[in-house]
Amino acid sequence: MQAHQRMLDSTPNGLHSGESPLLQTLGLTKRYGDFLANDSIDIDIWPKEIHALLGENGAGKSTLVKAIYGLIQPSAGEIRWQGQPIVLSGPSEARSRGIGMVFQHFSLFDNLTVAENVALGLDGRESFKDMSARLEQVSKTYGLPLDPRREVWQLSVGERQRIEIVRALMQDPKFLILDEPTAVLTPQEADQLFIVLERLKAEGRAILYISHKLEEVKRLCDTATILRGGKKVDTCNPRLETAASLARMMVGGEIKEVKAAAGRKTTVPRLVVNDLSLAPSEAHGVRLEHISFELKGGEILGIAGVAGNGQDELFAALSGERLSKDPGTVVIEGIAAGHLSITQRRKLGAAFVPEERLGHGTAPRMKLSENALLTGHAASGMVHHGFIDTAATLKTVDRATETFDVRKAKRDPEAASLSGGNLQKFIVGREILRNPAVLVVSQPTWGVDAGAAAVIRQALLDLASAGAAVLVTSQDLDELAEIADRIAVMFHGHLSAPLATADATREKLGLLMGGSSLEPKEAAHAVGA
Amino acid sequence: MELIEAIILAVLAASTPLLLAATGELVTERSGVLNLGVEGMMIVGAACGFGGAWLTGSIFIGALFGIVAGVLMSLVFALMALGLAVNQVATGLALTILGIGLSGLIGAGFVGERITPAVHLYIPGLTDMPLIGRVLFGEDAFVYFSIALIIGVWWFLYRTRAGLILRACGDNHVSAHALGYPVLRIRTFAVMFGGACAGLAGAYLPLAYTPFFIPGMTAGRGWIALALVVFSSWRPGRLVVGAYLFGAVTILQLHAQGWGVGIPSQFMSALPYLATVIVLVLLSRARTGGSTAPAALGTVFVPDR
Repeated sequence: MQAHQRMLDSTPNGLHSGESPLLQTLGLTKRYGDFLANDSIDIDIWPKEIHALLGENGAGKSTLVKAIYGLIQPSAGEIRWQGQPIVLSGPSEARSRGIGMVFQHFSLFDNLTVAENVALGLDGRESFKDMSARLEQVSKTYGLPLDPRREVWQLSVGERQRIEIVRALMQDPKFLILDEPTAVLTPQEADQLFIVLERLKAEGRAILYISHKLEEVKRLCDTATILRGGKKVDTCNPRLETAASLARMMVGGEIKEVKAAAGRKTTVPRLVVNDLSLAPSEAHGVRLEHISFELKGGEILGIAGVAGNGQDELFAALSGERLSKDPGTVVIEGIAAGHLSITQRRKLGAAFVPEERLGHGTAPRMKLSENALLTGHAASGMVHHGFIDTAATLKTVDRATETFDVRKAKRDPEAASLSGGNLQKFIVGREILRNPAVLVVSQPTWGVDAGAAAVIRQALLDLASAGAAVLVTSQDLDELAEIADRIAVMFHGHLSAPLATADATREKLGLLMGGSSLEPKEAAHAVGA
Repeated sequence: MELIEAIILAVLAASTPLLLAATGELVTERSGVLNLGVEGMMIVGAACGFGGAWLTGSIFIGALFGIVAGVLMSLVFALMALGLAVNQVATGLALTILGIGLSGLIGAGFVGERITPAVHLYIPGLTDMPLIGRVLFGEDAFVYFSIALIIGVWWFLYRTRAGLILRACGDNHVSAHALGYPVLRIRTFAVMFGGACAGLAGAYLPLAYTPFFIPGMTAGRGWIALALVVFSSWRPGRLVVGAYLFGAVTILQLHAQGWGVGIPSQFMSALPYLATVIVLVLLSRARTGGSTAPAALGTVFVPDR
């Protein structure tokens, strides 16, 4: 009841006396073996409220909303809907009560049409034809344009999210859960989404908004509940807090500030890409179109862009996972390397950190020492006359552990047993300890806790200070603003000319991410796509 | 005239078991499950089908025996591959090996016995028409049923909500689960349907094609059915084309060998495979885009609860 009292105090206008919340969890607990994913969480959600759920990865946000949406059964505690205790047998019961959800990793079917995808999210009481008509009506009403006959794989990420939202709205929910909805959107697309959310709120609906973007939460949300390590830390009014105070509650301490060394000097070009074009290797892949840039030693170039615009393809072309017919398209340390294999490129002094930690960056079921060997065998003295120097591989693990504060249960565990942040620190550390001349890194802090993210960003800055050329692909504009000297944007396989970070405003980057150019004429009527 | 009619009749008879088995496997694979045990389910269906007909004297009951045997075999697969999340390829191969052994055991007592094969339709007047009469109105019940079945499967997959849900499970089981669909239950039904069809396809051989049972009489037809599903890019319409084409070239090359065409018989025997692959590849080249295979095909799904 104490939590409830706090709510009354902290909710704007101090309303709600005499009413009961729309949805309430009381002591909600979810246990996986010995691990408490949710530890006795109380949360109250009122109509006409946008309620933020804040927390780091692994804080228990997803588990909590899965329980509220009926996807998992809580181990203990109670969920109340309009004052009545309920037990949800599954998502369809949640939907029929008026609880809708928009997933972070979209729950869409790539090879089905928009209309079929929407139909699958409904209970099928109306005919397909009626449903299609209603779909068009809802998408028009809320300004979320969709073509019901197109297949999902043809659509952009923003359009895919629209499907999810329209699907949820077609059930006329009283309560809508959105799981990190802006993670994949351009700033302009995010603004459009906020307009829709404000409108839903004005219609009397409640929204639970999961995010870790604090500025966004301060701008949009009326209430915020913060989780940490499976426990509720606090419920507060985010508008009365600062981003720093919210971050402190999320992390449970201060986050080290990332600092660039003063007076970093750029030297010779170490990575040059000349007019690189490459056909896609997969059915739904992106074609790289005439990509050119030059990256000097001591410099960090950031590549922004909505996921799926060719970043993966560019990484593959740079790392040597895909070869280019023309050797001159990729030049590493002055040597044409477009036709060279990944090992040969490593020998030239390049190092690569792919986006996916498990399965691409490491072999999940192999030990860290073996994973160190996998990228270090060519150029790091771990192999002598074809035999593995086990001591050297273990030493690499120890050095990475020490330098980058990798926390693990034993000296040399399997890669899969590490948490995301610790594994990422190990992978980045493994490459940095090889003293690369060129480091290409993709999404360095994706899904990593704030503490580890700070360590990794600092390491990248330090590496650049030591004279290396660093290429960082990221969807997190704040991250790029923090570490990059210049930022370029990928869209549909094209790479824009890099902007100096000081000039790269969110608006400019957002326009580029949506495929507009920065010419004033076109910029006037160009938003997202 | 007589010869052409005889050839068409033989083509239909040779194609029907392929069509039946492939129809079942198409539904199974559309739900995202790769069951490589078609050959095993077919051969057990053949043994049990013949046994049922021989014991009761009824082709219909024989066919039912075949279906039930196929379903039981598919349940073994479902228990392993879906219930225990074992690798589907390994389980399917094991199922085929099990089926071949099991059919020898079940059929041991029937080898050398004969039954009266399934009767063919006869409608006075219609069936007597030249050329097309016997082809259209003089088939056995299996042929008509197999055609009705593939039309029914097409209608189910593309015109019903249940079919949409089944396709959704095959495209992305994580999403289907997140929306609250019982992925494993749906897949179990799809696997059972595949087993029923394979069992019936197997039973067709001793009940209608040749009126006796010999071990190994499916002779690789299960594998051909599997290949047809892939080459038809999981579409019922193309599956019909592929199955009949394969049957047609099989029969025609036999006749051609009989006429003494100067081409090595080994090459002629390979023709059905070659022709089917070429035609279905050409067909699928005209695809509209998107991935043709069910995206979740053959992947293990374990729901978190």
